[in-house]
Amino acid sequence: MSIAVSDKNSAVTQKRSIGAVLWDYLTTVDHMKVAHLYLFGGAFFFILGGIEAVIIRIQLLVPENDFVSAGFYNEIITMHGTTMIFLAAMPLLLGMMNAIMPLQIGARDVAFPFLNSLGVWLFILGGIMLNMSWFFGGAPDAGWTAYAPLSTTSPGHGVDFYAVGLQIAGAGTLMSGINFLVTIINMRAPGMTYMRMPLFTWTTFITSILILFAFPALTVGLFLLMFDRMFGSAFFDVALGGNTIIWQHLFWIFGHPEVYILILPVFGLFSEIFSTFSKKRLFGYTSMVFATMLIAFLGFMVWAHHMFTVGMGPIANTIFSVATMAIAIPTGIKIFNWLATMWGGNVKINSAMLWALGFIPSFTIGGMTGIMVATVAADYQYHDTYFVIAHFHYTIVGGTVMGIFAGLHYWWPKIFGRVLNETLGKITFWTFFIGFHMTFFIQHFLGLMGMPRRYWVFLENQGLDTGNFISSLGALFMSIGVIVFIYNAIYVWLKGEKAAADPWDGRTLEWTTASPPEHYNWKQTPLIRGLDCLWIEKTEGNGKMTPAEPLKDIHMPNNTIIPFIMTLGFFISGFGFIYQTENKLWYIALFGGMAIALLAMLVRSLQDDVGHYITKEELKGEAK
Amino acid sequence: MTENTNTNNQLTDFHRQKNKEEMKRNVISFAMMIVSTIIAFAVVASGVMDRVFAIFLLFILAVAQVAFQFFYFMHMKEKGHAMPAVMIVAGTWAAFLTTFGLIAAVWW
Repeated sequence: MSIAVSDKNSAVTQKRSIGAVLWDYLTTVDHMKVAHLYLFGGAFFFILGGIEAVIIRIQLLVPENDFVSAGFYNEIITMHGTTMIFLAAMPLLLGMMNAIMPLQIGARDVAFPFLNSLGVWLFILGGIMLNMSWFFGGAPDAGWTAYAPLSTTSPGHGVDFYAVGLQIAGAGTLMSGINFLVTIINMRAPGMTYMRMPLFTWTTFITSILILFAFPALTVGLFLLMFDRMFGSAFFDVALGGNTIIWQHLFWIFGHPEVYILILPVFGLFSEIFSTFSKKRLFGYTSMVFATMLIAFLGFMVWAHHMFTVGMGPIANTIFSVATMAIAIPTGIKIFNWLATMWGGNVKINSAMLWALGFIPSFTIGGMTGIMVATVAADYQYHDTYFVIAHFHYTIVGGTVMGIFAGLHYWWPKIFGRVLNETLGKITFWTFFIGFHMTFFIQHFLGLMGMPRRYWVFLENQGLDTGNFISSLGALFMSIGVIVFIYNAIYVWLKGEKAAADPWDGRTLEWTTASPPEHYNWKQTPLIRGLDCLWIEKTEGNGKMTPAEPLKDIHMPNNTIIPFIMTLGFFISGFGFIYQTENKLWYIALFGGMAIALLAMLVRSLQDDVGHYITKEELKGEAK
Repeated sequence: MTENTNTNNQLTDFHRQKNKEEMKRNVISFAMMIVSTIIAFAVVASGVMDRVFAIFLLFILAVAQVAFQFFYFMHMKEKGHAMPAVMIVAGTWAAFLTTFGLIAAVWW
């Protein structure tokens, strides 16, 4: 009977703890839990974008297919691009930065925990808002670039959802960028100088600078689009003296740095993986740091290479073409440094390392075709064909997505406290890797044969049948890879053993904490004595970090629901903005939502929340 | 913190000297800003210069004013301000590229 009682009790605690866990995540300001939210949100949208990709490939499986209608196809391609860039790739990267960067510099949390929580909720609700369009009369259908006048004249509310949803999600990203910058500048542990920071922290830092300077251009562009569509302005209306090209410039002034926002963090995490699994210090650390800076610097001066065929004239085209090709130099430095890191190293190939090894040739192909499309005269042929599709999928899938998979396999123990299964990890890699090259390599040739982007059908017997069939078959393999990965994640969650603190014999600071770390990360802030600080301690026989301070009370921020309420306010007012064109009653939602958000800000400003202390005694008690 | 351990609340000679210098510099830069503002107004009001030269001069004066503002009144010349300086310069560069790009490619 006592067993039954205890069972009942445990069931009750289980039940209560589900609500408690939910409340914990809604109110959390802890960097690791915010990272979990980013990763769950990003994974959800990644699957959504993946389903859209599969629909595209089924439609293009055979000539003149009618799996989906032409209008729906436009919505699908628009949402595939938008979802994958803004709601999948970037949040997954931000999640890893949130989880790992504070650990790598010896901080207990990010500089602004409240802002961190606000950022993740803005992303999640912005993403949900964008996808609500499916249920409210059709998704955006003007392409992920939403070029005017296509976007300003698109009927229905689809593009309105694009403008408002991205505005909300983008505000969250901007906040995260500022947060990371302040954290890295101000919260490094004693001894952690800039040139001792692990490369992932460095690339997080540079990426945050890119976010800080690139996102305002998107914000401005989206506001102009919103005013044009909802409030009768004419920024992009040529008939009223506007100019459609402004949108393209603003979009790509944001958009090109954006692709470096996607690739630089994975450059950083690949550097960590190569170094760890080659048992060698990263080759050319300093040159890697400066190459990252150079890529970021040049990344702001190349946006118009997306617009060669707009008619800017030969001089503008040439300048942007040369600037674009210059980026190959720092990128080449990185590729050779990774190869030299492995050279003569004690290379261990596991699933994280497999993704890293697969990344080098894949991304190099993407870089090579990048030089090809940067050549102005040739670009007139490539523009808006499947060649461009192949190029940017080689960089974004071959770079960013492989990087995300590599990073997840590498840091899964640190983030979720389990080591992913090796066999399943290898199956994921091989199916995805083969599928990826099958899908996209053939698309180079489809593009060269003249198959245009964004068309919902192609005709029979034009030499495009076989290529498209192979391409669609590859998408099947990629899907299998992703499904196996999800299975892997669930499998180790249920069956896996708790991971050790340092399962990979790591070199950097994050491996000195438990897996997953306590919410205060360290009892005592560690003292950093050089690059690869844990490795230095290991080679000198210490095996662990020397504390930089005596054991003392730890000051931590309090949990709060305010960020979620604030975001909910913006979310509600977003609907008000979109629908006030139809019925003035929607102004209630617009102003009501704004009132909720502003009230939440007021409460936050007036509330004297000084956080709480974890006492020395508690910390000592936990040591046993 | 260690400087404030003196029991009497008097500033040390060193700090007094430093404050005096700081004040002197601030007054000088303030005077220079006033002078450059007067020059700017005078050039436009009197019409002694060609339009093109006047605009050019105004731009130079404006940049100088911003520099004075940042370095003297917003303390960017002091130690520990390297990172804000880098960010401001980088941000200015990005903003310049954006506006220049739009002007040169769209309306020129």
